[in-house]
Parts: sequence; structure tokens; C-alpha cells
Amino acid sequence: MLFATAVFAPLFGAAVAGLFGKLIGDRAAQAVTIFCMVLASVCAIGAFVALVYGGAAPGTVPIATWLKAGSFEVDWQLRYDALAAVMVLMVTVVSTLIHIYSVGYMHGDSAVWKFFSYLSLFSFSMLMLVSSNNLLQLFFGWEGVGLMSYLLIGFWYDRPSACAAAIKAFIVNRIGDLGFALGIALVFVVFGTISFPQIFAAVGAHQTAMFHLLGTDWRAYEVIGVLLFIGAMGKSAQLGLHVWLPDAMEGPTPVSALIHAATMVTAGVFLMARFSPVLEYAPGALAFVTFIGATTALFAATIGCAQNDIKRVIAYSTCSQLGYMFVAAGVGAYQASIFHLLTHAFFKALLFLGAGSVIHAMSGEQDMRRMGGLWKKIPLTYMVMWAGSLALGGVFPFSGYFSKDAILEAAWAAGTGVGYYGFWCGLMAALLTAFYSWRLLLMTFHGTPKADEHTMQHVHESPWVMMGPLLLLALGALTVGFSFDSQMIGAGWEHFWNGSIAVAPTNHVLANMEHVPGWVKAAPSVIGLAGIALAYYLYMAVPSLPAMLAARFRPIYLLLLNKWYVDELYDWLLVRPAMALARLAWQIGDVTIIDGVPNGLASLTERLAGRAARFETGSLAVYAFTMLIGLVVASGFVLLLMMVR
Amino acid sequence: MNQMGFPLLSLVTWMPLVGGVVIMFLRGEAAVVAAQSRLVALVTSTIVFLLSLGLWFGFNSADPGFQFVEQVPWLPQWGITYKMGVDGISVLFVLLSTVLTPICVLASWESITSRVREYMLSFLVLETMMVGMFCALDFFVFYMFFEGVLLPMYLIIGVWGGPRRVYAAVKFFLYTLAGSVLMLLALLAVWLVAGTTDIPTLMHYSFPVGMQDWLFFAFLASFAVKVPMWPVHTWLPDAHVEAPTAGSVILAGVLLKMGAYGFLRFSLPMLPVASATFAPLIFALSVVAVVYTSFVALAQQDMKKLIAYSSVAHMGVVTIGIFTFNVQGISGALLQMLSHGIVSGALFLCVGVVYDRMHTREIARYGGLADRMPVYAFLFMLFTLASMGLPGTSGFVGEFLVLVGAFEVNFWLALFGSLGMILGTAYMLYLYRRVIFGALTRADLRSIKDVSPREVMVFAPLVVITLWMGVYPLSFTGFWEASVHALVMHQQAALAGAVKLAGVVH
Repeated sequence: MLFATAVFAPLFGAAVAGLFGKLIGDRAAQAVTIFCMVLASVCAIGAFVALVYGGAAPGTVPIATWLKAGSFEVDWQLRYDALAAVMVLMVTVVSTLIHIYSVGYMHGDSAVWKFFSYLSLFSFSMLMLVSSNNLLQLFFGWEGVGLMSYLLIGFWYDRPSACAAAIKAFIVNRIGDLGFALGIALVFVVFGTISFPQIFAAVGAHQTAMFHLLGTDWRAYEVIGVLLFIGAMGKSAQLGLHVWLPDAMEGPTPVSALIHAATMVTAGVFLMARFSPVLEYAPGALAFVTFIGATTALFAATIGCAQNDIKRVIAYSTCSQLGYMFVAAGVGAYQASIFHLLTHAFFKALLFLGAGSVIHAMSGEQDMRRMGGLWKKIPLTYMVMWAGSLALGGVFPFSGYFSKDAILEAAWAAGTGVGYYGFWCGLMAALLTAFYSWRLLLMTFHGTPKADEHTMQHVHESPWVMMGPLLLLALGALTVGFSFDSQMIGAGWEHFWNGSIAVAPTNHVLANMEHVPGWVKAAPSVIGLAGIALAYYLYMAVPSLPAMLAARFRPIYLLLLNKWYVDELYDWLLVRPAMALARLAWQIGDVTIIDGVPNGLASLTERLAGRAARFETGSLAVYAFTMLIGLVVASGFVLLLMMVR
Repeated sequence: MNQMGFPLLSLVTWMPLVGGVVIMFLRGEAAVVAAQSRLVALVTSTIVFLLSLGLWFGFNSADPGFQFVEQVPWLPQWGITYKMGVDGISVLFVLLSTVLTPICVLASWESITSRVREYMLSFLVLETMMVGMFCALDFFVFYMFFEGVLLPMYLIIGVWGGPRRVYAAVKFFLYTLAGSVLMLLALLAVWLVAGTTDIPTLMHYSFPVGMQDWLFFAFLASFAVKVPMWPVHTWLPDAHVEAPTAGSVILAGVLLKMGAYGFLRFSLPMLPVASATFAPLIFALSVVAVVYTSFVALAQQDMKKLIAYSSVAHMGVVTIGIFTFNVQGISGALLQMLSHGIVSGALFLCVGVVYDRMHTREIARYGGLADRMPVYAFLFMLFTLASMGLPGTSGFVGEFLVLVGAFEVNFWLALFGSLGMILGTAYMLYLYRRVIFGALTRADLRSIKDVSPREVMVFAPLVVITLWMGVYPLSFTGFWEASVHALVMHQQAALAGAVKLAGVVH
């Protein structure tokens, strides 16, 4: 009951705010949605504590049957287990804080009630996603968050760039979703069901199931794993399908924090953990997951180092951190991936909201090259940004230290080739992470002010309704790591997860993590500090150096600045050809060729009729003549048929 | 008379004609006659809808066979009977027709000002033909209704249509007629061979395999045009563009379903072997329809044309589902048909709303409507999402079931058949962005008014059905579960029999 309330309260808030928002006004819409979110958070905390510490039994909350076609049966049903409880807890708490923050940030916007309704509806979709008991309901939430993301990115719909970003996000997500949908279909074909309990119970029985594709027989589990991961790649912005996330920063900053950092983009990681009982037996697919994750982690981090928009730096950082989570999932340390997901939700939401506070103070300026020297004017924001960066950089005792180190250790402990690849990519990315984080801090808060006088005079600390959530998130960024470290990935993980994350009997990654060499344990911290030092040297000690380096290594700089030209590549390779093909199919295919036949016949008939009209008196006769011929042909055909009989 | 002793189906079928007769006898000033015709049409179609609810509540979904059967000898010397009845496959299409007709009447309330009496009459005749077609259990009767639909629709496009209405109407007429002639031949052949035109009997008649093949193509010619399948689809965009709004609604909502219904009623049960043989052909044409017409839709500059092309793509999904011969595929196809009937109808109504105000369908003439028309923006968004197949809307469930059904046949079929998921997102969101989003820059759009209460009434039932079908489709799939199961079983048995026969021959 608690659990169901936690999931459905945001829906109620969204419905009230969305349907009656205009009637009851912004204030009331905010009050209703925030009240519902607080209620949901309280219930989520209750449900989490009861399950993990209170000894309550995991279970399901049946709601209704959704659809049924032969043996394909799907229910609306909530799944109440440790994994779902952790996710519901995280989503509701972070979302509540972001709702509150938005009261200040969206102040003065023309459609505040709509914004809050969207935020709450997003939260509901995300909660449906994480609490689903079957793949299709998960897909419902999955598409629901995609839709809300679209609507929120395009919230300021009169900006062409926002509309473009919104559409891009939806389409790229849908490319992944097609993979996901096919994966669900394959699960049904293999298991005869798409309900989690039944799938997980039958994992042993279908180990040898094969699936024929591209001329080869593949193990069905591997194909399922890859298809589902394609879905995860879209949602979690992994290499190839990452292009939508940075553009999504067109949305209001609280949206970036909620959707594009803390919750929605982590759905792919969640999916991997949720499906761990099957993925454990798909080593090939998992290796692919690790490979893509590791590559993304490094790739996105390199871009993050050269961006100048404060939000885009954090967006690429999100891409990169999601890559870390997939590395963990890929080497079988799902617990570590969820742990990092949890800590990341707090510190990345904090960084985004902190950036929002900076933007707020700078009267809407997002370019870091026009900032600088802010720290004295907005000390509190400065402080929380430090907390977020320390957590992101993985500095003890902030939360990222625990979770990121665990991932790198797990990658090493896996002992596989792709695991080592993950480790080295992750380690290099850790250097870059620390570098771009402090680059951001130094460019924004230190040095000489680059903004004009008027803007600088206007710089002020954000109101308490924004600072309160920031401080709470900072507290989370500080404490979540060491509070859950031993529970989630320590020796007691089996007790904590209580079967909601299943690993194969041969998977000892978590145990082996304790035995990695000392330098592996120390490396992330050392390299993180090196990254900080590098940033300090480049942006504080010798501020002229970055420009010189950029000039010296211009091709590399341009490559990074232009995000490896992936957008341009896609535009050239996919978007333009698609539009050209569309015009071609229409003008040549339909208008000229397909319509050419009947139109040509018509004009031919017209000409023939014109000739016929010379012999006949009018068109009526032509019709009669045609009919006669038709009758002759028809009866002749029938006669023929009868003779054949 | 049927088992209930109450000829419900005949009543639902012929009742609109009664209203039509009343309209014919209206006399007086033109304005008065127009007002009265509207009222009579609305009242009649509403009564018909209420009557048809008897089917919703009285239908026994556990029974796979025909219900509400009525039978009166008609031309006994030819073995032709006036026989009506519905099974799980047809019953909801009767309801779809009776739901959409009053909505169409209401949607035409203000936009049709010339020859209102004849317009309303056409719609009532059209309703009779549509309902009769879905109820007919005699092939001959079916054929009469099937062709009868053509006439009122031809008039609706040709008289009340846009500037190129005559071209569009004639094209529509010729295309469908060309197919129908072949079906007439098939009908004659069937009658000669089987000696009856009774559909339930024919459904279990085993036609020789060689004959099945050409019968299949004769049917295909007719049904493919109606669906419409690629490459005989080009009449549809023209017909839609020229037709008045309500004409488009019925065209997309019900008339496009006639082809798919024909496949389910005739091709699959009567010609199981040929259907299986030529399924790959259907798949190929359907996949082309999905991919090709989605691309074409992307390039459109006319709102109605875009939605018309999207209809072709969506019906491609339906034909894939039908020819998977499994429960998921056929069930999904049926749901997709219903959903498309509601959603594309609603989308055409959405176009009609702004067309009534601005008298243009050109996408470039719009932009930034969200500011002035928030309720309209919401409605348009909802149906856009349903058209894209977003979970929670009706569009998703059918499409997904077809995907599952297709996957059981072939991975690539499922993949390419589902490309509409991506392409549909692209063209629908692109349309929405150009019409609703963006800044409002055109001066003449500044004074545009949001939807009126009458228009809200038109949309309300469609909104409810769209969400209902998306969240609890069981209310709908329950109707045909048994019938579809029986159809699949019949198909499998027939194929097994054919294989056995082939074994004996060789």
C-alpha cells in the first residue's frame, strides 16, 4: 500500500495540476504536486525501510490485466523488491527536491502549472518503469519518460533550438526503443512470457535455446541481451545514440537535473540490473555492454574537457558516468552499477541545480568564458558546487569515491580482456573527469570576472527555495556513499538486495574486488588528484596556457570542441539522405511512377474515347460499349471455368 | 429472425435509411431544411448508435461463431439468402461505424453549408452500407453492400470536396471498381463451385488448391485497393485531400478497414493454403508500405496528405499482422484497425478544426498555435502520440502485438515492419512542431480561436476510446479472442490437411 501510494501519488498530482492548473492557478498547482511528491517520498522511505531493515516480504501489487492475446498475457502490476524500493526511493526524493527548487527557478514563467504537471507526470512514468513486474509495463514507463523528456526539453516551444532538440531526443530514443521492443518479442518467443517472476524462474530451462539470425545460430540469451542493451543505449545516451543528451540541455535546468542526470537516463542501467538473472548467462552481450560503456565513459569525458557551456560540460559528464555504470553491469557487478547510479543521482542533480543557480545569478548566461570571479558573490552556490565536484571526482569521503572506485575495482577484478579495457578507459576518464570538473569550477568562480558590469552587479545568491534543495543534495552527495557502501556492495549485499539482483554461482566479482592489487585501489584517487592539479595549473597558475594549447593542437581541440563531429556525421549520413529519400519517394515514386500508370491510362482512354466519339454519338454509348465488352469477358471467363470443371 | 427474435442487426443496418427518407421529405426554406436535416441525421445516427450498443452488451464473447443471426430467403432459386450476423471479428467494426457516424454529422455541423440535405442523406446511406457490409453473412449481400459504400462516398468527395474533387472522386471510384470487378468474378466462381453464397458455409469449404491461388489474387485485387496496400495506394491521399473533413474521417476510420476485414473474412478462412503461399508477397508489400509511405509522409507539405500517407503505413502493419496467422498478429491487427479508425479519424478532425478557421491545410501556413489554442494543442498531441504508438494509447497495443506476432514468423519482418515506430515519430512530431510549436509569427493566426464546445463534444468520445484502448484493451480484445483462436486453428488444420494431401499425391 505504501509502495503503491509512492508510485501513484505523483500521477494524481500531475492530473490535478495538468487538468485544472489554469483554473486553480500556479500556486495551487505547485502546492498539489509538491504535496503529492512529499507524500510519495515519505511512502517510499517507509516502503524501503520496511523491506530492507524491517523484514517485510517482497511481493507484488496487482492492479489489473493489461492485455491478452492467446498466450501473450500482460498485467498492470507493481513489483516490490529491494531493487525497486531503492529506485523508487531515489526517484521520489530527488524529484521532490527538484520540484521545490523549480518553484524558485521557474518563477515568472508563463506556464508554471504545466511545468509542474509535466515534472510530476515524468516522475510517475519513471516510477512505473522501476516498479514494473514485466517487460511491457517497463516499456510503458520507458516510453512515458521519453515522452515527458520530449515535452520538457521542448517546454520553451517558441525557441526553434528547443523544438529541434526535443524531436531529436525522441527520435534517437525511439531507435533504441525499437531494439528494446524486438528484445521483448524475443523474450516472449523464448520464454513464452514477459513477466519477470516467470522469466527468472525459467532461466535454467532455456539455456540452450538458439536463435537463427544473419546465417548463424546464436544463443537466444545473447540476442536478448544485445537487443535490450540497444534500448538501454538509447535511453542512457551511450556511444552512437548519445547525441540527444547534450542537446537536451535546451530544457529548463531543473529538467536537466531530474531527467537528464538523476533518473531517466539511468533507466538503461536499471534495466541491466533488473534483467541480471538472464544477462548473467549472456557473456557475449555483457562483454558488448562493457565495451560500449567503457568507450562512452572515455569518449564523453574527452568532449567534456573542451566544452564552454556550463550545462553541456555536465551533460557530457553524465554520458561518461553512465558509461561507468554500464562497465560495472557488463562485468557482472550490477550492485556496483546501481550503487553508482544512486550516488550519481545525488551529486549530478546537485551539479545541475548548482549550475542552474549560477545561470540564475548570471541573468541567463551559460557560457563559462563569460563568467569568472563569482565565488565571493555566491559563496553558498560555490560551496555546493565544490561538494558536487568532489563527489564526481571521486575524492574521499564524498560518495563518488566509493561508487566509482568500486566500478574500477570490479572491472579489474573481472579478469577478462574487456574488463581490463573497461578499467583503463575508466581510469583515463577519471583523470579527465577531475580535470573538466575543476576546469568548470575555476572558469566559473575564479579568475577575473568576464561578464559586463551590469550583470556582475546583478549577481546574487538564489532564494532559499532553491538553496534548500541544493544543501540537501549536497548532504546526499556527502553521505550516500559511505552509508550504503558496505550494504550494497560489501559482504552483506546478498542480504540487502535479497534476490532482486541475481548473479550466477560462478560470478565472484564482488568478492574478488577485495583482492585487487593495492595500486588498482589507489589509482583512481591519485589520478583524480592529478586531474585537479592539472586543471589548477592550466586555469589558475598559467591561465594563458589553455589558449596556447588549443592553438598548438588545433585539430585535436576542434575535434573535441565539435564533439568528434558525430552530429555532422549523422546529419550527412542519415538526416539529409532520409529527407532526400522522402522527397524522392514522393515526387518520383508516387507522383511520377505509380500515379503515372493510371493517369497515363486515363489520358489514353480519353484519346481513344475521343476517337470513338467520332463513330459514336456520345459518351453514354461508350459506357454501354465498355460494359458490353466487360460482360463478354466476364461471361467468357465463367464459361471457361465451367468447362475446366 | 434471430435467436433473440429481434432483428437487431437489420435494425441497425436499415435505420439510417429511415432517417434518410425523413430527410428526403423535408420541405420549406433552404435554411430550415438544412437545420432540420442536420438534426434528423444526428438523432438518427445517435439512435442507431444506442441500438448498436445492444451488440456490445449482448455479444457472447465465449462463442467464436456468428451471433444475432437473421435469415430470410431472398432469391432461393439462386441459393441467395438475406443473412446477417456478427462474430468477434466483425462486431466491433459495426460499433466503430455507428460511433463515427454521429461524430461525423456533428463535425459537419457548421463546415457544410451547401446542399446540406443531400450531404446528410449521403452520410446516412453510407452508414447503412458500412454496417450492412460488416454484418452480411451472404457473399452476394456482402458484395452489394461492399459496392454500395462506393456511391455515397463518391458523392461526398465529388460534391462537397475541394478544388480537385472530381479528379479525386473519379480516381477513388475507378481504383475501387477495378478491384471489385475481379472480386465479382471470384464471387461467381465461388458460387459455381460451392453452389452457395452462404459465408459460414464457404468458410469451411475446401476449394481446390489451384483455384485458391487465383481466387486469392482476385480477392487481393479488391481488398488491396481498399486497404490500401502499396502500390495501389495513391488514390487515398488524393481522396483525403479533396474530401470534406467528415468524409476523410469515415474514409480513414471505416472504409480502409473494409479491405483488411475482407482478408479476415474471406481470404484467410476460405483460402487458407493460398493465403499461406502468398503471405510472403503480402509481407513484402506491407513492409514497403510501412517504410516507403512513412518516408513519403515525411516530405508532405499538406496536413491531410501527411496523415493520409501515415494511414497507408499503419495499414501496412495491419496486413502484416493478419498474415502472420497467429493469435498475437491477428489480434494486434484487429486492435490496430480499431485504433487507427479512431485515431486517424481524430487526426483528420484536428486538421478540420484549423481548416475551418484558416481555410488552408498547408503546414507552412501554421506555427505557434500552442499559444492561442492550448486545448487544441493538447488534443492534437494526444492523437499524435497515439498515431506514433506510444504505450498507454490505443496505437501501441495493436502495433506491439503485431510486432510479437511478426517476430514469431521472422525477425526481419518484425524489424522492418516496426520501422514505423521510428519513422512515425519523425513525421508526426515534425508535423506537430511545424503546426503547434514555434513562435506565432503570422498575423492572421493571432485571432484564431480555440476549440468550441461543439468541437470538444466531437473529440471527447475519441479521447476516451483512445486512452481506454491503450490502458485496458481487454474490453476490446475480449470480443474476438475466441473467434481469432478459431480462425487460427482452422488455418492450421487446413494447412496440415493440405500437407497431408500433398504427401499422398507425391
